[in-house]
Amino acid sequence: MSTLELLVFLPLLAALAVGLGAPARFTALGASVLVLLISFYCALNFSTVLEGNGSWQFASSRTLLEMPGFPKLSLAFGLDGISLVLVLLSALVLVAAVWVAPVESAIKGSSRLYYVSLLLIGGGALGAFTATDLFFLYAFHELALIPTFLMIGIFGHGEQRVRTAWTITIFLGVGSLILLVGLILAVGALDSTSFDVATLTALAKSTPIAANLQGWIFLLLFIGFGILVSLFPFHSWAAPAYAEAPTPVAMLHAGVLKKFGLYGLIRLALPLAPAGAEKWLHLVLILLLGNILYIGLVTIAQKKLDRMLGYSSVMHMGYAFLGIAAGNVVGVSGAVLLMFAHGLSIALLFGLAGWMRDRFGGLEFDKLGGIAKSLPKLGLLFGFAAFASVGLPGFANFAAEVEVFFGAFAGEDAGMSWIRWATVGALWGVVISAVYMLRAYRTIFMGPKPEKLETPSDLDWGARVPLLILLVALLAVGFAPDLLNQFIRPAVNGLFLVTAQ
Amino acid sequence: MDPNTLAWTVLLLPLLVAAAILLGLKRWSELSALLSTGSALLALIFCILLAGGGESAVETKSYPWIDLGRDLEIAIGFKIDGLSRGMMLIVSSIGFLVHLFSLGYMKDDKGKSRYFAGLSLFLFSMTGIVLANNFAMMFIFWELVGVSSYILIGHWYEKASAADAAKKAFLVNRIGDFGFMAGILLVWVLTGSIYFDEIAKAVGGVANAQLLNIAVICVFCGAVGKSAQVPLHVWLPDAMEGPTPVSALIHAATMVAAGVFMLARVAFLVEAAELAAHVIAWTGAITALLAALMALQQNDIKRILAYSTLSQLGYMVMAQGIGHGGSDAGMFHLYTHAFFKALLFLGSGAVIYACHHEQDIWKMGGLKRKLPITFWTFALGTAALIAVPFTSGFWSKEAILEAALHQKMTGPYVLAMIVAFLTPFYMTRLVIVAFFGKARTKDADHAHEVGPVMWIPLAVLAVMAVLSAYSFVSGPLLARGHADVGHLFGHIGPTAILSLVGLVLGVGAAVYFYKGRDKDPICIPLFRDKFKIDEFYLVLVRVFQDAVARGLKFADRFVIDPLVVRFPAMTALAAGSVFRVFNVGNVQTYAYLFGLAAVAVVLYLVL
Repeated sequence: MSTLELLVFLPLLAALAVGLGAPARFTALGASVLVLLISFYCALNFSTVLEGNGSWQFASSRTLLEMPGFPKLSLAFGLDGISLVLVLLSALVLVAAVWVAPVESAIKGSSRLYYVSLLLIGGGALGAFTATDLFFLYAFHELALIPTFLMIGIFGHGEQRVRTAWTITIFLGVGSLILLVGLILAVGALDSTSFDVATLTALAKSTPIAANLQGWIFLLLFIGFGILVSLFPFHSWAAPAYAEAPTPVAMLHAGVLKKFGLYGLIRLALPLAPAGAEKWLHLVLILLLGNILYIGLVTIAQKKLDRMLGYSSVMHMGYAFLGIAAGNVVGVSGAVLLMFAHGLSIALLFGLAGWMRDRFGGLEFDKLGGIAKSLPKLGLLFGFAAFASVGLPGFANFAAEVEVFFGAFAGEDAGMSWIRWATVGALWGVVISAVYMLRAYRTIFMGPKPEKLETPSDLDWGARVPLLILLVALLAVGFAPDLLNQFIRPAVNGLFLVTAQ
Repeated sequence: MDPNTLAWTVLLLPLLVAAAILLGLKRWSELSALLSTGSALLALIFCILLAGGGESAVETKSYPWIDLGRDLEIAIGFKIDGLSRGMMLIVSSIGFLVHLFSLGYMKDDKGKSRYFAGLSLFLFSMTGIVLANNFAMMFIFWELVGVSSYILIGHWYEKASAADAAKKAFLVNRIGDFGFMAGILLVWVLTGSIYFDEIAKAVGGVANAQLLNIAVICVFCGAVGKSAQVPLHVWLPDAMEGPTPVSALIHAATMVAAGVFMLARVAFLVEAAELAAHVIAWTGAITALLAALMALQQNDIKRILAYSTLSQLGYMVMAQGIGHGGSDAGMFHLYTHAFFKALLFLGSGAVIYACHHEQDIWKMGGLKRKLPITFWTFALGTAALIAVPFTSGFWSKEAILEAALHQKMTGPYVLAMIVAFLTPFYMTRLVIVAFFGKARTKDADHAHEVGPVMWIPLAVLAVMAVLSAYSFVSGPLLARGHADVGHLFGHIGPTAILSLVGLVLGVGAAVYFYKGRDKDPICIPLFRDKFKIDEFYLVLVRVFQDAVARGLKFADRFVIDPLVVRFPAMTALAAGSVFRVFNVGNVQTYAYLFGLAAVAVVLYLVL
């Protein structure tokens, strides 16, 4: 068994073991810590010299199906700098999510199913980010989605949870189908003999798909992947789903699984249909401004913390789209870094919000107030998380946003192009996110405490450690973004070597 | 030690202290306070050593922060020249004195550790701004001073007013930073660099003058926010909710001057953009005037000083837009102002402390006899602020007025002259009402002098308030590469006579109106209510942000959602009865079947 096979199948096997009767929490936590160690091992032994879609490291492949006339199907894994960063993200969030799982105190009775689902989501995400075969890349993502839906429907908060579960199921199902059509079109047009991503991108470079068809393929992939990333106006599944999902599921989906759509755009849509990306640039810019400005304002109007965080997560995806729309090394590197940063910070915020919901019984702004005085540790940690999300220097989010903005502004001509105008619009989003975050912090943590509000005892070490892991990672990458850029840059560079005309 | 080690130590030492306090020392608040103060002293010593290098620029090692090859390379690196050496001396010396003063002022505060951690974080961030050799690094630390300011304004966060003031300061600054970031990106596109030296070389070759002007105005937006210029001035008076030593250090002497410093750092850009320079000069002059008018009718001792800070910052910003030595004059005023304004704030802190946290000047009175040291130092600070001849403030203000006249900036010059009359008026009013006459409340009657840990910084600053402009002090302290302070000093032209008339009239009028009064004989609601600008913004935010946000939230729920969600969802629900899965039966089995079915569908579709 290769390293990556171990990485992907460890959580899945652990899920099986829990299903068969192994101690649920112990097994789940053990498996996810091992996954984290394996991902560190990969990072430490990663060569930063190799470039491109196809210079997979730790690669392994098993041919599963080979029929004359059909593309070859193989269970193949491999890492490049982009997927390595996402593997690190998945592993970090998985550990934190499994660790904070008991925060949903209502779920104790069914903990077996609960932990199985978390492990399946984690394993599915790891598989999707490491699979180098199109089929499995897609299938692993679906594998992770199913338990997400179920968890929301079964263990979600609030009366609407079944409805919410169906909403997200249908949305993401439709998104997956649209992008599937796009992928089938692309594979068909390239006339490939395998589903290997590297082969496909190499073909797309040597014999590009007709420009017109590229336009259609990119549009389908953009909308399909976009729905998975809560692209405006296909975002309305996201905030209710995150607000109602059990805390670790919200952490895993908003933090990790959602990034699959962005990953797909970078890994597949840009290399396979670069002309299409150029063709639809204006549409992309308009929709991403919808994410940043329109959703940003909607976020301001929220009255509950979990909803607000849900919308903020939708909003921040706009920056990732902007980096991808930039279509150059700086912008796309920024988008990858943003996936990592946003994933950690939103998981951290949902983790804290989940703890608060459990202790206070609700997250309505008008019922909370002034709790930093009696809960200083919570106040401090939430303050860090809030400032990370706002994009303060020192956190990875800032570095990522800087790269995105510089990437989107780059270019030889000294005038204001469309994307530069869009960047200026996106910059205003930085003000908007400060408005809702600081307002929320002001309302919940500062000022006098309402007399009726009873405060629980502060975060203990057990509750803090998983969240501190996320925070330390955010700070480390914020202080030294090149920790990850050293991996991202060659991979993105290679992406453009392959796709550049 | 070589400049490289010195600079890195000055930068990182306060960060280490802040981190150490945060990570564990906070339990021992005495230790935290002493450690923070000790590090400030060390930083001061190192800054003096660094300044010993004179005027020459030094090469230092930089730390690559973002390195994406030739496409984008952002480093944390230093530009150590006369400008940054002088500014570092101001920051570290006042920083140390404020630390010292705080040991007394915050003695019994419950959040003392947090307070000193905030001060150390501030010193770290401010050092970064001053030493930065590129725009991106400056922006990084620009944001970080914003946070330390947020933490310190909101130090007493249980108070609603302090919590609101902290939030307001951060958000208003973010609006300025929006422009700043856009400006940095534009400059980058136009000149191909974010490094000051390279921009200076490339700026001459920029063909698109219109865009360059826009870029410089955008960069200036950052200064408008940080240095609280109209129309983004509203956060600074509210920031007085923070502890008074913080007001002295951050909201009077150093951080709010960062905008001025930044403009001086990129003076070559301002010079290259004529329209932008005019915008800068006018913004400064208008701020100076409006803030002085607002100061006339305030009753809170700290707020009067806050508006006077705004007004003086207006002078400095105006100077940056004048061109031809104006930038140097502005930096000269920044330097003298830092000392006398820090003195005035710390003096007001001593008054407030002595009067049991009373801030209304009409509830004071007769403090001259009760607090002799405080009074005399405060009086010297006031003399410098109102530009009594031969005090430091006189020389630096004259330098600005002189430069404005020389450059034929008549409009800003006239506004600045009016301010030269208003400043003596409101400051004399403050001194008469608070320090002369009879005590009007019991607190004021029982006030007694503060301890040495608080009056020593006052005395040191009082000496500096008078003498800082003289070349035997400023020469070694303010060694500037291109600016000859000695030339600015001692040059008395026709403007000096005009400002002397303003001074005499201002002081005389204030004495006439306020001597022996127990309540304000003048009532100008427009000034007292600060031209209702805050109220106007409140309406703006409520209508254009919150109402729109609520409207969009509504639209999101009742237009977008039904259109893209509910309709397809209903169709799907009608089509199948799988709905029951969630409610009945063995969920694991269903989940498994569901997964298998999905995989089967995918297989079918793909193959």
